[in-house]
Amino acid sequence: MDSPTGGRPIIALRGVSKTYKRDTIEVPVLAQLDLDVAEGEFLALMGPSGSGKSTILNLVSGIDSPTAGRVVVAGVDLGSLDQAALAAFRARHVGFIFQSYNLIPVLTAFQNVELPLLLTGLDRRQRKQHVLDVLGIVGLHGRSEHYPRQLSGGQEQRVAIARAIVSDPSLLVADEPTGDLDAASATEILDLLGRLNREFGKSVVMVTHDPRAAERAHRVLHLDKGVLVESVQRDRP
Amino acid sequence: MRLPIQYNLRNLVVRRTMTLMTAGGIALVVAVLVLTLALAHGFSATLVATGRPDNAIVLRSGSDSEMMSGLTREAARVIASDPAVARGADGEPLALSEMVVLVNLVRRGNPTASSNVSVRGVDARVLELRPDIGLREGRLFRAGMDEVVVGRNLGRRFEGCGLGEKLRMGGRDWTVVGTFDAGGSGFDSEIWGDAEAFLPAFDRSVWSSLTLRLKDPGALPALEARLEADPRLHATARIEQEYYRAQSQQLAAVIRALGLFLVVVMAAGAIFGALNTMYAAVGSRSREIATLLALGFPPRAILASFMVESVLLCLIGGVLGCLLALPVHGMSTGTTNWSSFSEVAFEFRLTPGILATGMLASVLLGLVGGWFPARAAARRPVSEALRAG
Repeated sequence: MDSPTGGRPIIALRGVSKTYKRDTIEVPVLAQLDLDVAEGEFLALMGPSGSGKSTILNLVSGIDSPTAGRVVVAGVDLGSLDQAALAAFRARHVGFIFQSYNLIPVLTAFQNVELPLLLTGLDRRQRKQHVLDVLGIVGLHGRSEHYPRQLSGGQEQRVAIARAIVSDPSLLVADEPTGDLDAASATEILDLLGRLNREFGKSVVMVTHDPRAAERAHRVLHLDKGVLVESVQRDRP
Repeated sequence: MRLPIQYNLRNLVVRRTMTLMTAGGIALVVAVLVLTLALAHGFSATLVATGRPDNAIVLRSGSDSEMMSGLTREAARVIASDPAVARGADGEPLALSEMVVLVNLVRRGNPTASSNVSVRGVDARVLELRPDIGLREGRLFRAGMDEVVVGRNLGRRFEGCGLGEKLRMGGRDWTVVGTFDAGGSGFDSEIWGDAEAFLPAFDRSVWSSLTLRLKDPGALPALEARLEADPRLHATARIEQEYYRAQSQQLAAVIRALGLFLVVVMAAGAIFGALNTMYAAVGSRSREIATLLALGFPPRAILASFMVESVLLCLIGGVLGCLLALPVHGMSTGTTNWSSFSEVAFEFRLTPGILATGMLASVLLGLVGGWFPARAAARRPVSEALRAG
């Protein structure tokens, strides 16, 4: 399915199938999927559990590989990369936002955000500046020394978003980023994602069950049993 | 590309109960290892410290110890006049004819226990040939009298060995008129008296050994050659210090071997403890590991991080083990030297090298105990681990 925005695709999936093997049983999750996501696009993926939404996120972020087909992200054919190269690809191009935040509980907000920068050549002073900058962007400048347990759910997710953007990746993948949040916090997080998309040009692929969250996207794809069944295009603000 | 070490340190603190239990197991292994090495080292050091590098000890050819040796008075006189032997201020050769026997003495405070003690017949020149040894209390025995002096270790270990007490040996009573300090060497576990008085008392007619001060230790080969060439003598010479070192080797090796066997058995248990702790750490942090891999940390960084954590865990145990073992430093104990069949008292000696060996052992335990869990952590598929979390 082509990107209707017409921009240069940051994600291109061609004939992608994915089958999981549980013991001797093969479970097909995606079937012959074609999908383009344009640079700067905010895409929402919806559908029932097991429809393949999270699998698409895993494939485009290089933490899983397709059973068949090609996955090209930021001009890189992920099928050509080994595990080490995939790790380097993720560090450079992908920012992850998880439903349960996935912060390291024994590290402070600052240290959690700093983690991706440890994979770069930045020195300690440069890393500190970057971390403080992104904590400022997500509105947590004064919480840098707090541990995750000392933060609210919304604050934890903002730390996770700061961690996702600190190394300036071109693509953010968000797996139900508001799933564990109350309505007010969810709205804040969606506002933040929208801002990152608009002001910082980040491409966003978000899996969600929440129609209000999906409303923030430029395009909403509905999946069922591994097949795209509907695409809803929204006007860019 | 290394994860911050605070990540590992804080995880150890957060899981402090498990950390302390595992570190405790490692501590016991390290403590036993350090104590064993300190025991063997103390024993070896005691015997190595016995004797001087510029003294030669002459024994009958083919004898491994003084107990099996015998030199006639004539042979001793001939050997003492060898040109390699230094002379004292009086112009006489610095040579000491010695007679050694074993007596069985009752342990102080335990009348049912006894042990063999070396009794050495010497003469007044003994302190000239062994200037490192000095009287601590009382005075030296007098020639021809039923008097003895005893090493500093014996007084509190055996009945009759206290200053002023009487010892029953060779059918006679000998008065302890002094104690001497041999600087922690094997002589500290001996009884010394006048050799000429001892010979008839113990029904001996020959010397056990002859100790010589060499003008130059380098002259020993020439002395040996002359001894070998003289068919009257049937004698062989070696450096006194090397003689006592050789006497320590057999028992020290056995102490080390038995100790290491115990350490290996205990270490196997401790490694399982470390494995269990690290597998639990990996299991409970499955989502963290998956997150770090998703962020772009390569598997080798995860492997290194968990190895570091395992080594840190075991280093805590290593430090605790060394601290546990420290109080025994300087404690004295005794055992029968298998070469002389007599009791040798010695001290546990902890050295920086032994403590470093203990710490190195804890690092090895950490590496072995951490390897499989760390590898499991690094190899786990990210997407699967994220779902499991």
